[in-house]
Amino acid sequence: MIEVRELSKYYGESKAVGPLDFTIEKGQVIGLLGLNGAGKTTTLRMLSSELLPTAGRVLIDGIDLAEEPDLVRARIGYLPDRPPLYGEMRVREFLEFAGRLRGMASSGIDRRIDEVLQLTSLKKRADDRIDTLSHGFKQRVGIAQAIVHKPALLLLDEPISGLDPVQIVEMRELIRSLRGEHTTVLSSHILSEISETCDRLLVIVDGRIVTEGTEEELAERMTPGFDVRVVVRGADARARELAESVDGVRGARRLSGKDVAAEYRGDDALAVLHVTADRDVREDLCRRLVTEGLGVLEVMRAEPELESIFLQLAGAKGARVEGDARGGSER
Amino acid sequence: MNNVGLIVGRELKAYVRSPLGYAAAAGVLLIDGIWFMAKALGGTTEKRLSAQVLAEFFNGASGTTAVLAIALAMRLVAAEHDAGTLVLLKTSPIRDWEIVLGKFLSVMLVLLAITAMTAYMPLLIMKNGKVSGGHLLVGYAGIVLLGASVTAMGLFASALAKNQVVAAILAAVLTGAMYLWWLVAKIADPPVTEFLEGLAIHHLRMRDFMTGVLRLENVVYYVAVSFFFLLASVKTLEARRWR
Repeated sequence: MIEVRELSKYYGESKAVGPLDFTIEKGQVIGLLGLNGAGKTTTLRMLSSELLPTAGRVLIDGIDLAEEPDLVRARIGYLPDRPPLYGEMRVREFLEFAGRLRGMASSGIDRRIDEVLQLTSLKKRADDRIDTLSHGFKQRVGIAQAIVHKPALLLLDEPISGLDPVQIVEMRELIRSLRGEHTTVLSSHILSEISETCDRLLVIVDGRIVTEGTEEELAERMTPGFDVRVVVRGADARARELAESVDGVRGARRLSGKDVAAEYRGDDALAVLHVTADRDVREDLCRRLVTEGLGVLEVMRAEPELESIFLQLAGAKGARVEGDARGGSER
Repeated sequence: MNNVGLIVGRELKAYVRSPLGYAAAAGVLLIDGIWFMAKALGGTTEKRLSAQVLAEFFNGASGTTAVLAIALAMRLVAAEHDAGTLVLLKTSPIRDWEIVLGKFLSVMLVLLAITAMTAYMPLLIMKNGKVSGGHLLVGYAGIVLLGASVTAMGLFASALAKNQVVAAILAAVLTGAMYLWWLVAKIADPPVTEFLEGLAIHHLRMRDFMTGVLRLENVVYYVAVSFFFLLASVKTLEARRWR
């Protein structure tokens, strides 16, 4: 288990991060989500012990990082935003060096390196010089060095940064495959990445965790109640009037443009409504619309997308979030 | 000490696999050879004692060793910082002093190997003239001690700088300053004069070694300078954990 208590970092009078308080259960994959400059990298650098905090504590399996730095470091694997690789070394040789640095004994290290090479699909590249590898393979070597010593805590700073779409999918699979064996903290500002890979999210804004939970919990917290999206064949005004007459419905509005699925766009005979309610009104809503002679093509729960939740939390509605298009389309 | 050995091994491989090690060895052998021919063997019509020829050789070799030490040491930490690999060392269960000692020893091993390659020149003097083995050993001891001090200064400069060029310039300035204390001594009054002359890294200290005179105070001086700058390097690495 990872416990972070009152952790903060100041540069002079200027606060970079904190105070941070959170706990991570063993085996979870946690997403540290924040805009550029929010404090994600500083947080990971402190957790990895690369950077000393101004105040606060980090405990890994109950061991305090400040009191037993060597013991804790042996339990941490860290992939910074730029993989720490020695270009002149060969992959296997580098992994052996990284393993020994983390205190691995000579016996069994070869077998573990074989496992890691297999896991990261680097077997065929084991004898290649690192500086001859592509960016995607270098990133894999970066992950391999971080897990070679079977760390309890794995810290990945923007692990898909700079990868092409195929490499992103492969990296995502790799990170998923590590679930359970390591407790993983992954930072990213790419919403789809966090959404696809993580069990729980910590949203960091201006150096502070503003909220945490699963994507569903965040959605629930940000938009309490029950929203429904309904596609109706009939007049828009009549459909809204009927919807608002259902018990528990707070309001209904017509959707247009990008908010409407492509198949319903441009058909004037259809009305796509977003209904906000206090409870699950889907059955009652359908019954009312159908009994009043309107055709119901689709009724579904409307869950807010991570992007909108994040922007709401970050208080940066106008901010550009890299990869937002992917964040919307892949979900 | 296992960690120190790991660092030494990696650094030595880096020298062997990069052109730097070979270029440094070739440069030193070439310049020492030219110096040996031009200044030690030639350069005068007067007959000289073998010991004087040997002292002249060590004088030249001390200069190339200082330059070699800067060239080898400039990359030690700065290149790691530049390439982003320093984080691997900083997040591993390895102490800062182990990093510094490992890197220092790796340069010393390369420096010793290259220095050993110059031995054919004084051996030629021994074969064709009359010099004692003690003079030869003391001269080389001076070269190695000077090399150790400059390496420690280079390592300190490398720990301060974020790239190799700045590290090399810093190391050169630091070494130059340590060489030039005797000039400052010239404009000072006693007893400060002796003190400042004593601080100079080459002026009086190396003269003793070059002429085959082994003094404990000189050995202590070079060991102290090396220790001081190695300690400063450790403290610099420790301070970096706050930034």
